[in-house]
Amino acid sequence: MKTKQSFVVLISLLAMLSLILVACGGGDAAPSNDSGDSAAASDSSGEAVELTYALWDSAQQPAYEACATEFQKDHPNISIKIEQSGWDDYWSTIQTGMVAGNAPDVFTDHLAKYPEFAEKGQIVDIQPLVEQDDVPTDIYIGELADLWTRDGKRYGLPKDWDTIAIFYNKAMLEKAGIDPAVMNDWTWNPKDGGTFEETIAQLSIDANGNNGLSPDFDKDNVVQYGFIHGGQGNGYGQTQWSWMAVPNGFKFQDELWGDKFHYDDPKLAETLEWYHGLMEKGYAPPYPDVKSLGGAALFQAEKGAMTSEGSWNIKNYVDNSNFEVGFGKLPIGPEGRKSMFNGLADSIYIGSEHQAEAWEWVKFLSSQTCQDIVGEYAVVFPAIQSGVDKALAAHEANGLDVSAFTEQALDPEGTFLFPVADNASEITTIMAQTEEQIYLGQTDDVAGTLKAANDEVNALFQ
Amino acid sequence: MATSADVVQTESQATWLKPWLTRETGMAWLFILPSLIGFIVFYAVPAVRGLFISFTDWDLLTESQFVGLDNYARLVSDTAFWQSLGVTLGYVVINIAIQTVLAILIAVLMDRLAKSIVVRGVLILPYLLSNVVVGLLWLWMLDPTLGIINAFLTYIGIGRQPFLGSPDQAIASIAWINIWRHMGYTALLVFAGLQTIPKDVYEAASIDGASEWRTFWGITLPLLRPVLVFVLVITVIGSFQVFDTIAVTTQGGPANATRVIVWYIAEFAFDRFDMGYATTISVALFLILAVVTFIQMRVMRAGESDL
Repeated sequence: MKTKQSFVVLISLLAMLSLILVACGGGDAAPSNDSGDSAAASDSSGEAVELTYALWDSAQQPAYEACATEFQKDHPNISIKIEQSGWDDYWSTIQTGMVAGNAPDVFTDHLAKYPEFAEKGQIVDIQPLVEQDDVPTDIYIGELADLWTRDGKRYGLPKDWDTIAIFYNKAMLEKAGIDPAVMNDWTWNPKDGGTFEETIAQLSIDANGNNGLSPDFDKDNVVQYGFIHGGQGNGYGQTQWSWMAVPNGFKFQDELWGDKFHYDDPKLAETLEWYHGLMEKGYAPPYPDVKSLGGAALFQAEKGAMTSEGSWNIKNYVDNSNFEVGFGKLPIGPEGRKSMFNGLADSIYIGSEHQAEAWEWVKFLSSQTCQDIVGEYAVVFPAIQSGVDKALAAHEANGLDVSAFTEQALDPEGTFLFPVADNASEITTIMAQTEEQIYLGQTDDVAGTLKAANDEVNALFQ
Repeated sequence: MATSADVVQTESQATWLKPWLTRETGMAWLFILPSLIGFIVFYAVPAVRGLFISFTDWDLLTESQFVGLDNYARLVSDTAFWQSLGVTLGYVVINIAIQTVLAILIAVLMDRLAKSIVVRGVLILPYLLSNVVVGLLWLWMLDPTLGIINAFLTYIGIGRQPFLGSPDQAIASIAWINIWRHMGYTALLVFAGLQTIPKDVYEAASIDGASEWRTFWGITLPLLRPVLVFVLVITVIGSFQVFDTIAVTTQGGPANATRVIVWYIAEFAFDRFDMGYATTISVALFLILAVVTFIQMRVMRAGESDL
């Protein structure tokens, strides 16, 4: 009896150990094809080939299906299978795919992710192919193409770009008697928030109908927030705070690929203190309120008047809001009006069995033909100007004024680049936790907290 | 594995094989075979392999390097690990305490009062939903601004609660979600245990004029003990491994308030690609569970019955 019992216990213990471990154990190191040189573009024979192409934004899928149809006219032997999954699932699918050796042949890549894939030899250096086929890399807006190169190697060709702007609820502004034109020259600073904070206060309304400028404003009983923040920003604050911190003099790193971060800069600390202050003053929802479902859900449920968002979300907000959404310019900070300028590209998986065909598809995706098609769907702004013009025309036909995004992108002083660096996934983990502590008011010493996090981040590069 | 099957057919010669070859043992092996294969392929082999990985530095994609006990040294001095262990313990205590009490109550109710199949069915209904669905359901219901529960709390005058969004309430909220999902199922296990208690003991009690309350403490609970040990061992192990509800609702936040140990493992394995350290924490969790289970069995005298 006794021994049997212990045997059962032993078995069940073993069972649960492996339950824990099995998830971590799978797979051998990925196939060790060393580079993409083997992919000679000329050998696209007539043999029927199916390529898998992965993307995370379901709103963009129709556009790329249209591109695939167009592509097949010239490449009847290549069919494209598009796989879409949401942002979080997307990256775990790609990574486990690489471990198992069956990642998609071509996939939409992000600046925060590709350095690790490149370092671990998982994506093809396409520079030799670009040279071999004389593919122009200067047709893209700004420095988009350069973001994807390192030490003479190239890991993707640009497909689109994005900037940040203020999304607002037209009806709420109208009711408060605010002309959206104020956004053309409103200002922000970390001390008193400038006219940006004034407008936010005016749009914050408590249960008694007082707005945030009134001394009677009850910050514990707010029915309409002036500004809905997007929560924590994973250490990049792309839509959340980078457009305040950088114009305030903050620099993420000294140059692209820099191995030293400056999260300890007091300029960032005062920006995040102001950002947290909005929540304290009742002008923005407390952090727990946006933690679960996110700022977008609150904005679309008409709980607040304004939010900061990226151009890739225009369609999402317009389609999911039962009110008219407008797009205004970012406030002018101490050093001007600046938005992060970020772009996506398509990368080829090194384990793909059809690298020649994959290269043909990547070439097509980055061509004017495909980008014009993508532009017509007006979900994102393509990386080539003619595609942008198509997108603008399509937005205009829908009655949307999206000039806040394009003017920002075209202003030579109006953008800064996404901080491309190694160790991005660890930086994200460290900074996301740090930001949460700040927004939850768990630290009195914001500068000290950021200093500690920055030391941890910089230690990654030692 | 084929041999055991062959053995059943070829009535044997060697005498030392005799005890193995009786009809019953052969049949037993046949019955065990399917789960044995699964156990070896999916549990035993990965477990041993995991142990090896814990001595290496491995990022999944490049060659792994043997680092000896480095990962274990790191574990001991890793304050975040101990913090996550604390979070997990908090969760287990809330989860198990409330869930077990509720489950026993429900089981006794099912046994003594609610004999209807429909009522009994409804009680285990939450368990039939997938964890992800349950997580999403409660995520929306508990939302600070848009959730129905806060609409209700405001209506009755208690005021809005941040629940999953607040570091103070998040772990209790998650514990509650899992209590809600599992209590019916746990009650069912306890209920099965109740069926094994002979009815004449109850009759004797009622002849002696014992109250329902006295009967419960004097008869039901002591005689239920072996089943309760089993239920506790299973639920405590499951509770220590909570993951999916957290993945759906809080992702370890806010500010690490729900970063339980399995989430911490996943963070290293799949966010930071530090497979060696992730498996080291897994091994630590295994040892902790082994000790906890051993103590439970000892303290509660699992092998004995008072009947």
